[in-house]
Parts: sequence; structure tokens; C-alpha cells
Amino acid sequence: MQTNFTAEQLRDPGIATANQILRTCVHCGMCTATCPTFVLLGDELDSPRGRIYLIKDMLESGRPATEEVARHVDRCLSCLSCMTTCPSGVHYMHLVDQARVVIEHTYRRPWHDRAARSLLAGLLPYPGRLRLAMLGASAVRPLRGAVPGNSVLAKRLRAMLALAPKRLPGPSALSGARVHKAEGTKRGRVALLAGCAQSVLDPDINDATIRLLTRLGVEVVVAQGAGCCGALTHHMGKHDPAMASARANIAAWVREADGAGLDAVVINASGCGTTVKDYGFMFRGEREQAQAERVAGLALDISEYLTKIGYAPTRDAPGLTVAYHAACSLQHGQKITGEPKALLRKAGFRVVEPAEGHLCCGSAGTYNIMQPDIAPRLRERKLENLRRTRPDLVAAGNIGCMTQLAGGGLPIVHTVQLLDWMAGGPVPAGINETRFDAGRQMNFSVSA
Amino acid sequence: MLQPEPKREVLARRDAIVAGLREILPESGVIAETLRMKPYETDGLPAYRQMPLAVVLPETTEQVAAVLQFLHREGVRVIPRGAGTSLSGGALPLADAVVVGMMRMNRILEIDYADRCATVQAGVTNIGITNAVQGDGFFYAPDPSSQLACMIGGNVGMNSGGAHCLRYGVTANNLLGLRVVTIEGEIIDIGGHHLDAAGYDWLGLLTGSEGQLVVVTEVIVRILRGPEGARAMLAAFNSNEIAGQCVDSIISSGIIPVALEFMDRPAIHACEAFAHAGYPLDAEALLIIEVEGSVAEQDYLLGRIKQICGKFDPISLKVAESAEQSAAIWKGRKGAFGAVGRISPDYLCMDGTIPTGQLPLVLRRIGEMSDACGLKVANIFHAGDGNLHPLIMFDANDPASFATAEKFGADILRLCVEVGGCLTGEHGVGVEKRDLMPVQFSPDDLAQQRRIKDAFDPGWLLNPSKVFPLAAPHTQALAA
Ligand SMILES: Cc1cc2nc3c(=O)[nH]c(=O)nc-3n(C[C@H](O)[C@H](O)[C@H](O)COP(=O)(O)OP(=O)(O)OC[C@H]3O[C@@H](n4cnc5c(N)ncnc54)[C@H](O)[C@@H]3O)c2cc1C
Ligand code: SF4
Ligand code: SF4
Ligand code: SF4
Repeated sequence: MQTNFTAEQLRDPGIATANQILRTCVHCGMCTATCPTFVLLGDELDSPRGRIYLIKDMLESGRPATEEVARHVDRCLSCLSCMTTCPSGVHYMHLVDQARVVIEHTYRRPWHDRAARSLLAGLLPYPGRLRLAMLGASAVRPLRGAVPGNSVLAKRLRAMLALAPKRLPGPSALSGARVHKAEGTKRGRVALLAGCAQSVLDPDINDATIRLLTRLGVEVVVAQGAGCCGALTHHMGKHDPAMASARANIAAWVREADGAGLDAVVINASGCGTTVKDYGFMFRGEREQAQAERVAGLALDISEYLTKIGYAPTRDAPGLTVAYHAACSLQHGQKITGEPKALLRKAGFRVVEPAEGHLCCGSAGTYNIMQPDIAPRLRERKLENLRRTRPDLVAAGNIGCMTQLAGGGLPIVHTVQLLDWMAGGPVPAGINETRFDAGRQMNFSVSA
Repeated sequence: MLQPEPKREVLARRDAIVAGLREILPESGVIAETLRMKPYETDGLPAYRQMPLAVVLPETTEQVAAVLQFLHREGVRVIPRGAGTSLSGGALPLADAVVVGMMRMNRILEIDYADRCATVQAGVTNIGITNAVQGDGFFYAPDPSSQLACMIGGNVGMNSGGAHCLRYGVTANNLLGLRVVTIEGEIIDIGGHHLDAAGYDWLGLLTGSEGQLVVVTEVIVRILRGPEGARAMLAAFNSNEIAGQCVDSIISSGIIPVALEFMDRPAIHACEAFAHAGYPLDAEALLIIEVEGSVAEQDYLLGRIKQICGKFDPISLKVAESAEQSAAIWKGRKGAFGAVGRISPDYLCMDGTIPTGQLPLVLRRIGEMSDACGLKVANIFHAGDGNLHPLIMFDANDPASFATAEKFGADILRLCVEVGGCLTGEHGVGVEKRDLMPVQFSPDDLAQQRRIKDAFDPGWLLNPSKVFPLAAPHTQALAA
């Protein structure tokens, strides 16, 4: 597509990258139909092609972002479905990230928007703070219906409270920075991104990962100094805090890799995985670029790593049908589609997939809180498609999706929890094993 | 791009017109802020751009009727728009026109398996129809490569075709009925759940009318039972011409594969980078040939096709071994235009039709023209029906390059007419080819066609600047 940047503008590396991306777009419109917001809202402004066009206009003009640009870019889930669809290979992710930074710098949001965004950015990446906040939220959760009004503010508050679990799980015995020794002969050594929000909302995901990997002979280190991957603030266009988080992780993992060695940095929250795999790009032209690229090169989703080292169940097939919910950050962000399903099948589950599997569930980081008009519609649509597959339970590879889809009448667990279970681990919470009948049919009840 | 003079008095009344539209539609259904109209200034042919007066997004036929009635009364021009994937600039706005976007009318209204038809709103995507019925073993046959995105209303507008139209026919052959709104705002139903609508063939007339006669709001399409099975095969050759001869030979043998598609070297490489389909990268030309039926039928047909291909010294002949492989082969072909975006910043996608016997000659001439003007061309097309899609690669940031590309394109289309073919296969005339119409039609022919438009839309308000050359003497209404 034609672009109109001056030579002066093109000297800015951010603009130069954007220009390159814009020039690959041929404006064919193929991406519109697979974009969740276009499907719901039916306005090209809320389609990838429309957003690309708005971003192009904003960047070319060099003017501050307007309310309209902010509104339509904010409505983008960063689900990257458009990147899967785009035949030209347009790197929408880098373009929209750049646009978000420009918007953050040049557009002054209404006060309640700013407040909500600062609150989330100051909370989610910090497990200690988040735990406290969640305890409070869980306590007042029953009051969420009492929050009055139809303002965005009221809707966001209700959305936040609805996301808080009824009962917050306690911190896990396995948590904290340390080395988890391999059982039996050691076959490898990996660092685990212990994440931030996930470790508070559902500590068992990390525990299951650690149990499974150590049982398979892999030493797992949760490195001192590593924390949030930075995705959360990155997606809000908050460049500096995002870089600071990433920098800490890079330092911690490089230290481990140079020390006792690392075969991989294993990630079990695919939203984080997409970001860690992009560290090389985030640090382009920075002092840490080489190290960032090295870490990005080590990053693997848990399903990729398990496929690589080989996984086999030790229990008999439970006779359960699992609907696999493909998290956007896995299927679009990291292009991982086959591995999780193959692993689940290998573990003995019957795997089914919902219609419109390419559409986001509406979680998308903080989207479910910031866009209380759109996120619930995507959630309902996803749940409906999942229900139609008549599954016994749902598996997903991302905590965001799990929180978003919880409470919809279907038990939802992390893929790795099921894999761990079938390889000797405990029955994941949310599935209540009551009895096996003669046909090996497990009866379970939903504890949602 | 030459555009008709905007009507000054319409531009002057813009605020009042927008206010009138806001009375008819909900708030989010009227877009009038400059910045928010920006994405609507162009379509799949982004070399041409024009901001409209306003954009409306109706949700019901009644709203469309009310909008048209109002705009007709106000003398405002109207540009119907589906997904905006037109490659001929069919949905390009005018400065004094209101774009009527159909994307919110995206509901499947009825599926009638007994009569084998589906009633859908005009903004349902082409693939959306198949998605709705494939669980029950049915599909909607015409499959433009843009089927993921393009909408059935747009397909009617352009009489779109696709790879599998060799066997199943184009849009016109798969329509049973339409609900349309005239420029006066009258709602008319044509056809029904049966073949052959009563009276004159209005469906035939309206299909391919490029948004110039009516706005389509609902479509009744034929749905077909899916074949027992299908298999694609790849045949790679040493030159475009040889592949062209092979196509001609297959068709003249009496075999009609369901699809017979052609890609040349640049196209093969771009598509392989996107789809990883295992296309042969050492080939100069590649045919994708698909057959359908029972396994025995497939085997028989593939056997005969292999035999024919064998006479043309193929580099390789490969039959897809799994459904996934077939899917990847088609993913590459259907993403072909976009994939060319990987090797060139911009392309012009031409669309002419020739008798299949002329393929070798035309491909050679296109190659010579490409060498002469210095612009590369990728050839991707529906070879079975002689529908060419040469993609001319250029750089839109360089005006000279664009001018050369346009001229090269026009020369290709003239060549198509010269060898006994026609200007457009399936992408429509739009603005892109309107000035070439006299190459194909005499002034009398064109005047006759204009009379049809006069009959439906005497004020020339519906998509007026398309299809007919502007330079030629025009109907008074448009000039006024
Ligand atoms: C990558 C790519 C591949 C393509 N491949 C093919 C192909 O294989 N075969 C093919 O035939 N085409 C192909 N096309 C062209 C294009 O997709 C078709 O012309 C398609 O039918 C346009 O549909 P649309 O919904 O995008 O309509 P638009 O582009 O929005 O509009 C097309 C025309 O129809 C009119 N129109 C739209 N909706 C209505 C309505 N409801 N009532 C009245 N008029 C209306 C418009 O005014 C315009 O003149 C391709 C395009 C792209 C970008
Ligand atoms: S599919 Fe890709 S090239 Fe086409 S409009 Fe979307 S981003 Fe641009
Ligand atoms: S990232 Fe998702 S929501 Fe955003 S434009 Fe792409 S498809 Fe749409
Ligand atoms: S899931 Fe990733 S981005 Fe989200 S809070 Fe945790 S580490 Fe940060």
C-alpha cells in the first residue's frame, strides 16, 4: 500500500518499521472477516484493515492521537487473528504495539480511563499486591450486582469483581524462586516463567507444570529476579515499565543459561509466551539486543517443550471428552495449533473443537475489564460454541481464557493440568472424580 | 482518477443530509467524522481513493429502503458497499455520495434443506453460507478466493466466480432469488425457492450490475450436497506456454475437473511462503487440478489427467495424499493475491477472459510486454475457464511506476479482446476498466446498456461513476 512519510519521519526507527509493515499490506480486506470486533460490530473501523488505515493516517500526519483513533485501537483485542489470515504477512502486532505507544504519549484519556489503566498496570504484574486486591475483591464479589449505574466505570467495576474467584486459592507450596530437582535420570534443565497474575489466580498451573516436568526428568528453575513478562503493560502502550519487566527476565535467564545451563525457557501462559518470543524485536537497537534474542530463542510453550522431549500417560484413558479452546496467543500469536491437541489425545482424551475456534474469548489481557460492552459478548459466543461440542470439560493453554470462561457451566482447566493428571498427578480442581463405572466412564461434577 | 464533478448543492447541504440520516438510523449507524470515514475511502484497489460524504451501516431492509428514499429525495448519490474487496474499484466512493455499507446485515435467515436453498442477508460472507450448512453435508458452490471476507451482496454485484466455478458455475448460476431496494426506496422480491423465476430473467439482469441498478438486501442461494470426496493434484512444468498447452489439452479431451488453476514462478514462490503447501519451487509453471467423486472416479480421472500431463514433459506430478495437503494447496491458491504482497509492495490485479486455446499465445505476449515495460508480473488464474489474473507488480510510492502499471494492464486487456475474449471475467468493470469499455463495445452497445440503467435509476444516483466511460457523452443526469 502507498505510504506518505517524509524522509525526516523515516529516520525515526519506530516510523521506519511501521512504514515497512504498512507497505506489505495490499488492502485486500481478507483479514476483516476473521476479526472478532468486525464480526460483532460490523464497522470497518473495528476491523484490522480499518485500524491499519487509521494508524497509517495517525502516523503519517504526525498529529496527536484523537479520541476516535484511541477508541478503535483500544477495541482491538490484539488477538492476532488478522495475522493468521493475512496472506501478505503484515506484522499487525508490531504495528498496533507502536500505535499504542503513540496513543499513550499523545492522547489524554478521560480520567476514569487513566485511573483504571494505572490501577491494572500497578496491580496485575505484582503477585503480592494482586493477591491482596483479589482477597478484597473476592470478599466483596457478592456485592457486584449492587454496583449501580450504566457508566463505563460501573461496568468496569462489575467486570473486575466478576473476574475475582469466589475463593482465592492459597499460595502454593511450590511457589517462589528456587530449583526443582529432576526425578530419576536428569534429561534436561529449563527455566519456568512463573508469571505474576497466573501465580495468584491459579497457582496449580505452575505446580502441575513443575510436577510433570520433574517427573519426566527435567530440572525446573524459577529464576531469582524473573517476574512478569511485561506483556500486560506492553499492551497498554506503557513502554518503559514493559521494558523494565522484560529486562529483569532477560538478566535472570541469561544468568541461568550461562550458569547451570538452560535447554528452554518454558512458558505455560501463552499470552506471556508471545511476548517473550518477541523480546528480540522489543530490544532492537538496545544494548541487550543479543541477550534478548537469545532468550526469545529459548522460549517455548509448555506444549512445544513436551512435544519435543516426549510425553506419555501412565494412567488409563479416563473416557472424557475435552473441548480444546485455542487461546489466541497460542494459535495466532505463536502459531501453535497441533501440539496441545496431539498431547491431549496422547493422554487419552477425546478432543473436540468448537466452531469459530479462531475467534477470541474476549479475555485478552485487561480487555475484559476495559471493554465491558464487547468482552461479555465474545465470552457468551465462545461458551455457546463450546457447549455445542457437548464436552465433559474444556482445556486451554492460557490463564486469561480460563478466568474469562470460568463460571459458564463448563469446568475449565489448563492443558498441562490434564497432562500432569494422566501422568500421575492429582485430579485437577474443578473436576470431581466421583467414581469409575464399568465402562471406564468417569462421573464428575462441576465445581464452578 | 477522473471523477464526475461533485454536486455542489449536495456538498453544501452535508450537515442537513447527515442529520436526516441520523433520524433514520441508530447513532452508530451513521459515520460522518472525517477521520472515521477514512477506512471507507477505498476498497481492494487502494490506488484509487476518495472520501465520501458520509457512511451509513443499516441493519434491516426497511432501514435501507428508508435511507434510499431519503437520499433519492435529496438527490444524493449512493455507493453500495459489501466487504470492500472489489479489485476494480467497484466500491470506490464519490465526494458527494453516501456509502451504504451492508456489513451489519450479516444474518442467515433460513436454511431449507428440502428445497436445497438458503436465505441470507447481503452482508453474510461467502464462506459464511458454506459454514452454516456444511455440518449437514452441504455447501455454497461459487468460491472466490476472497470468500473468507467478501459478502454475498458483493458477489451478486460482481457476479463473482472462483476456482470451482469450472464445474459449478458462477454466482448467477447459483442464485434463486433476491430482495432488492430500488433507488426510490421500493422493496422488491424476485424469484423464490425454485429455479427459473417467473417472467423476464430479472435475476440475470441484476446479477453483475455492480450496484448500479438496485441495492441487494437478501439473497436466496442454491446449496448443494458436498461431493463424496475430492483430491487435488499438482502438475509442474518448464514454461508458462507448455502449461498453457496442457490446460488446453485437458479441456479439449472432454474432462472437466472441478478446478483447474494456474500459477507461474513468482506466484508459486509467494504462495509457498504463505501456505507451505509443498509447491515445486523449481517449476516455471504449476497447475492445480482438482477432481471429485468416489475414490474410483477420482482415481480414473486423475489417471487420465496424469496421462495428458505426461505428454508435456512435466517436472513433477504430485497427488495430495491427505485432506490436510489438499487444504494447504488451496490455502496457497486462495491467498495468492495477498501473498504477492510479500514480494511486491503493490499490485494491480487484472481480470480478462480468453478462449482457452489462446492461452499459450497470450501468456507469451504478457511475458514480452512485462520485459518491455520493466514491471514484473505474476500470473495466477482460473485456467480452466480462460479467466486470466495477471498481477502487475509496482511501487505505489513511485507515481511513474503506477502509471506504467496501469498502461501495461490496459494493454493486457486489449490483448484479451483482440484474441476473442473479453475485458472482465469476474471482478467487474468498476472504475478500473470503464474507460476500456469502448474497446469491447460499440457506441450503440454502450448507449443501449445505459438505457437499462436509466430505466432503473433515471437520476443516475446509484454507483454512477462506474462501468461506463466518463469521457464519452454521458446521460444528462450524470453531467448535471
Ligand atoms: C484477494 C482477493 C481475491 C479475490 N478473488 C476473487 C475471485 O477469485 N473471484 C472473483 O470473482 N472475485 C475475486 N475478488 C474480487 C472481489 O472479492 C469480488 O468482486 C467480491 O464479490 C466483492 O465482494 P464485496 O463484498 O467485497 O463487495 P464490494 O467490493 O464492497 O463491492 C463490489 C461491488 O458490488 C456492489 N455491491 C456490494 N454490495 C452490494 C449490495 N448489497 N447491493 C448492490 N450492490 C452491491 C458495490 O457497489 C461494488 O460495485 C478477489 C478480491 C481480493 C481482494
Ligand atoms: S489481509 Fe493483510 S494485506 Fe490484506 S488488508 Fe489485511 S493486513 Fe492488509
Ligand atoms: S488483533 Fe484481533 S481484534 Fe485486533 S484487529 Fe486483529 S483480529 Fe481484530
Ligand atoms: S500472565 Fe504474563 S503478562 Fe500477564 S501478568 Fe503474568 S507474566 Fe504478566
